[in-house]
Amino acid sequence: MQINSTVHTTCAYCGVGCGIKATVEDTDKRIVSIQGDTEHPANYGRLCSKGSSLGETISLEGRLLEPHIAGQNVSWPTAIDKVANEFKRIIAEHGKESVAFYVSGQILTEDYYVANKLMKGYIGTANIDTNSRLCMSSAVAGHKRAFGADTVPANYDDFDHANLIVLVGSNTAWCHPIIFQRIKAIKAQRPELRIVVVDPRETATNEIADLHLPIKAGMDVLLFNALLVQLAERNALDPQYIAQYTVDFEKAFAAANQDVGDKSTLAERIGVDSQSLATFFDWFCQTPKTMTCFSMGVNQSSAGTDKVNAIINCHLATGRVGKEGASPFSLTGQPNAMGGREVGGLANMLAAHMDIENPVHRERVQRFWQSPVIADKSGLKAVDLFDAMYEGKIKAVWIMATNPVVSLPNADKVRAALEKCELVVVSDCITDTDTTRLADVLLPSLGWGEKDGTVTNSERRISRQRGFLPAPAQAKPDWWALSQVAQAMGFDGFDYQSPADVFNEHIALSAFENDANIESGLRDFNLVGLGQLNTQQYNALQPIQWPVLNKDQGTARLFAQGQFYTPNRLARFMPLTSRAPKNPLSAEYPFILNTGRIRDQWHTMTRTGLTPRLLQHIGEPYAELHPNDAKKLAIQAGDLVEINSAWGKAVVRAQLSDGQRQGSVFVPMHWTGVLTRQSRVGAVVNPAVDPVSGQPENKHTPIKVSKFNSAWHGYLLSHTPLTLPECDYAVAIRLEKGWRYELAHHQKPHDWLDWASIWLQQPQGQRLEYQDISAGQQRYAWLEGDKLSALAFFGAEANLPPRAWLMSLLNQPLDKLSRRALLSGKPADPNADVGRIICACYGVGEKTIERAIATNNLKSVTEIGKCLKAGTNCGSCQPELQKILSRLISVVQA
Amino acid sequence: MNKQKLVVVGNGMAGMRTVEELLTLAPDLYDITVIGKEPHGNYNRIMLSPVLAGEKTFAEIVLHSPDWYLQQGIELVSGQVVVDINRKTKQVLTDAGLSFDYDRLLLATGSVPFIIPIPNHNHACVLSFRDIRDVNTMLEVTQHKQRVAVIGGGLLGLEAANGLLKRGVDVTVIHDMPCLMNRQLDSEAAHLLQKQLEANGMKFRMGAMTKEIVALDDGHLSHIAFKNGEDLATDLVIMAVGIRPNVALAKQIGLQVDKAILVNDTMQTFDPSIYAVGECVQHRGALFGLVAPLYEQAKVCATHLAEIGIGRYVQKATATTLKVSGVNLFSAGDFSGANAETIVLRDTSSSIYKRLFIKDNKLVGAVLFGDVQDGNWYFDLIKQQQDISDIRADLVFGQ
Repeated sequence: MQINSTVHTTCAYCGVGCGIKATVEDTDKRIVSIQGDTEHPANYGRLCSKGSSLGETISLEGRLLEPHIAGQNVSWPTAIDKVANEFKRIIAEHGKESVAFYVSGQILTEDYYVANKLMKGYIGTANIDTNSRLCMSSAVAGHKRAFGADTVPANYDDFDHANLIVLVGSNTAWCHPIIFQRIKAIKAQRPELRIVVVDPRETATNEIADLHLPIKAGMDVLLFNALLVQLAERNALDPQYIAQYTVDFEKAFAAANQDVGDKSTLAERIGVDSQSLATFFDWFCQTPKTMTCFSMGVNQSSAGTDKVNAIINCHLATGRVGKEGASPFSLTGQPNAMGGREVGGLANMLAAHMDIENPVHRERVQRFWQSPVIADKSGLKAVDLFDAMYEGKIKAVWIMATNPVVSLPNADKVRAALEKCELVVVSDCITDTDTTRLADVLLPSLGWGEKDGTVTNSERRISRQRGFLPAPAQAKPDWWALSQVAQAMGFDGFDYQSPADVFNEHIALSAFENDANIESGLRDFNLVGLGQLNTQQYNALQPIQWPVLNKDQGTARLFAQGQFYTPNRLARFMPLTSRAPKNPLSAEYPFILNTGRIRDQWHTMTRTGLTPRLLQHIGEPYAELHPNDAKKLAIQAGDLVEINSAWGKAVVRAQLSDGQRQGSVFVPMHWTGVLTRQSRVGAVVNPAVDPVSGQPENKHTPIKVSKFNSAWHGYLLSHTPLTLPECDYAVAIRLEKGWRYELAHHQKPHDWLDWASIWLQQPQGQRLEYQDISAGQQRYAWLEGDKLSALAFFGAEANLPPRAWLMSLLNQPLDKLSRRALLSGKPADPNADVGRIICACYGVGEKTIERAIATNNLKSVTEIGKCLKAGTNCGSCQPELQKILSRLISVVQA
Repeated sequence: MNKQKLVVVGNGMAGMRTVEELLTLAPDLYDITVIGKEPHGNYNRIMLSPVLAGEKTFAEIVLHSPDWYLQQGIELVSGQVVVDINRKTKQVLTDAGLSFDYDRLLLATGSVPFIIPIPNHNHACVLSFRDIRDVNTMLEVTQHKQRVAVIGGGLLGLEAANGLLKRGVDVTVIHDMPCLMNRQLDSEAAHLLQKQLEANGMKFRMGAMTKEIVALDDGHLSHIAFKNGEDLATDLVIMAVGIRPNVALAKQIGLQVDKAILVNDTMQTFDPSIYAVGECVQHRGALFGLVAPLYEQAKVCATHLAEIGIGRYVQKATATTLKVSGVNLFSAGDFSGANAETIVLRDTSSSIYKRLFIKDNKLVGAVLFGDVQDGNWYFDLIKQQQDISDIRADLVFGQ
């Protein structure tokens, strides 16, 4: 790669799929400047905090650079033989259902394609699932039930045309920041655009909301059933669309009507005030150009698929599907969840949007692949897959680019499952994750900026993600590693030489017998218009929305004129009955745990945790509580709280917010067992799943909350990384110039200084100490030369001195004032510089005297004495006072 | 109408501060006579150590020159000692035979240095450190005597030792306790102080009990012998082991005297015409050696002499600093540590140490070494008995 060449690629993070221009400034030092790609239709140049920090996360720190077996570096051939032989052995001994892949929405479509092909067409089981199961599988299931295919009808341009945007279960501001910014900008131009936010929490997204419906957790189906009834009663339906393009409206309406029941109690059951509810109904009924965008608050539910269909029902009923500015719109979470869906990366899909249960589809895919077998039934979905591993049914797993020990519900059981598993292969670009710690074989993957392929964003837009840095050491593309293992297992059909080879096969399969004239043929996903691409064409591929039916011509919207992908081409209304979340609250577990993302972190922080910039906003795992709940629990902001469910526990920092529903507690999903001791919220989350989609119910786990009782609280600062101290609560936070460790423990150390020195790896140099033993305060700092190198603060309570100023001093030379104030944790007031001591009796310094003379217009030594006491005891400094006075007065006079 | 007559016995800092205060309050009430033993005007005794060190001249520490007395219309009788007072006739008699009538009398006789009564304690080469004459003698003697032993590691001893050190003399401080300035410092501060003074070249014999001073002849010393059998060769010995209130005259005239002259809250003695201030008084059981309480007493006393008797002397915590250039040290209040909570700040390599003593959420004592800029603030907090709960976390870091 040439220096200073600019490469157009896409962001590594969320499903918005922003275009990025990456300019390599120094290949060896991996210095890259990142800019938004002004030509990319997903973002037109805008980038969020995470995306714009990508350049800070591509260092080789912590990178997995060689294959490992049992912790030892090995060559690729050795590693490939090991994986292939073990898979073969286990399949021979226990059958093909005893092996599994668990992949991710972070891998590229090409990687996904090869993984799916190997598992379903060659090993012959569908035990391949993905972390997209946690993200949008309910949306997939909902789309398939309504549209006959997993098709997102809308695109981002629709925001420009909409007059009402309903954001359901989506903290768009933090999770899809560029979509949020786009909507915000449109609203600034067209204030008549109304925004409704449906979310139990008040989030940052409320900034642009005209109306917030803080519904009770799980009330989405009831809300949209009620909306459907309203639409019918107010004649806001589109009878022509319903009649021409859909079936089962009557059934859906009847079910909705019955579900709504007594309207006088409706608002209360939903958990909102009736006025707000009425306003929402009014606006929705009156606004043809309505977008309903939904995200994890809808999908991550034991009724997730029903929620999706409840939303789609209302859009089908009004004909607001795939029309300019009018559509339901799934905002997907991951950069390539959509690409994974396209190649069949889920256990209940086949490939190219074909169905595993459909024998015609199975035969067709097998014939296309010329594969020895084809999986003939759905495989295990994520939660079931790890349960099967726990039960010993799955004995080998290959995990790629995901961290299930952190992200899956009931995560301690996931860890136990991996511990039990005979063979755990992990492909990752990071050496130390909660999951790699349990791996028998580690395979080094390419990271963002190195890997090369395609991704698909929320609006069906396929973009090239391009590499611009050389592969470091032995890191390889995942499609290559998969192909090598497939070949070592004795399979043909994996002699790909490049991602373009894979993509061409993917195009070909999408177009293969994809025709309404062939039985069970017509499928939404079709890239036939791309043709077959040579390397140059592949590299030059411009962002394009599938289906691509004509040459280089994408599809902006679908279904405005019906033409769904059900056998009869008609959309299906779903009759729905609302139901409560799977696990009800109880006297023991009276609070609802809701998990989600925060603005500046991505998933399990293996990448975003690398840049201190992204830890400045929020650096510690926290639980957000309503102040009234906190009061009842005697919890104050900044306290540590323990959250317990029937499945596990976590310790996090309490934050209070009026925007939190009473009885609900929000905890971010990101923190890991690598960065914390006991703050993996996944361990607490219940493993309830949606019966259709298998998506876990991350937004509703019954928990209890209590103040975490610790004997002490503390923090360490170090300019070098440390082993995470063995404390009940311990969190590592990367800083600009070092690391911070937040700590708490139930037992005091025998000797504070010893304890701190051990965990700080015996810091050398000058030591500063502060002790107020009765107040439980112990503070130490170490200086190497005049630079702060390490620091340890301990206290009986959580309200320790602030960290910000101290962190800014780390590895910096300290001036005298800062050194003096250091152990207070608060920057020295400039007035604290008293200068050289003039009056020794009263400790009055030259600068204090000068300031007093200037401020109070002092004219004599006596006046100085009255003001500062200087010179009034022994009087020996009076001549100097006079000199200072004369000097200042002469300056004034001059 | 004739003015009343005020006679002040003692031309030191306490007496003269009282006169000054009186002149401010009632300049025309009295004809004032001041009788002093030393043949000078009044000078700042605290500043003797800088004079010894050569950092100041005597002229610079004079507070009231003979001219000043003239200008104020005060009769200064210097170089004379009062030998008797007739309380019935209200007359004062000096050793020169002069007699002065008084309506009111102010005793400000100060103190005398304590001399340990060991063999040769009255040798010509054994000096105290009390007045300008002592300083001049030291400066003269050390022209040709290079080894000096200072007995007493308190404030005065260390200032004397430092002064001599500055004059290029080989100085050893002998202290009978393990810690210097043990009445003002805790052991940690004391050790820091010792370390710094050692770095300046001062030598120490700590925990050493002096048995005797051994003389070569009338004009020369040999060495000091310690009780543990060790010796220290020395040419000059300075005794700085404390002061004794100068109460001989008061006793002689029948005033109530315990360790010092007993005074009430108005600084009045047993005889209503006679007031007393300074190091010679005992107020509610306490004796005084620092300048701040003396000035307080002077203020109170002056209001009564001025016949606007509103003042009441209340003892306050005292603060100590050490006038050794380069040494920043401050001590105030109660630092015995008994039942007190403490806050400690150490920056050892910067030679900074602070310890605050807290009882019932009030600051009761402070010892500062190396960084004394907040001493005054702590001193105020101690005196004001202010509740410091709210500022406790930042207290040791300063105002």
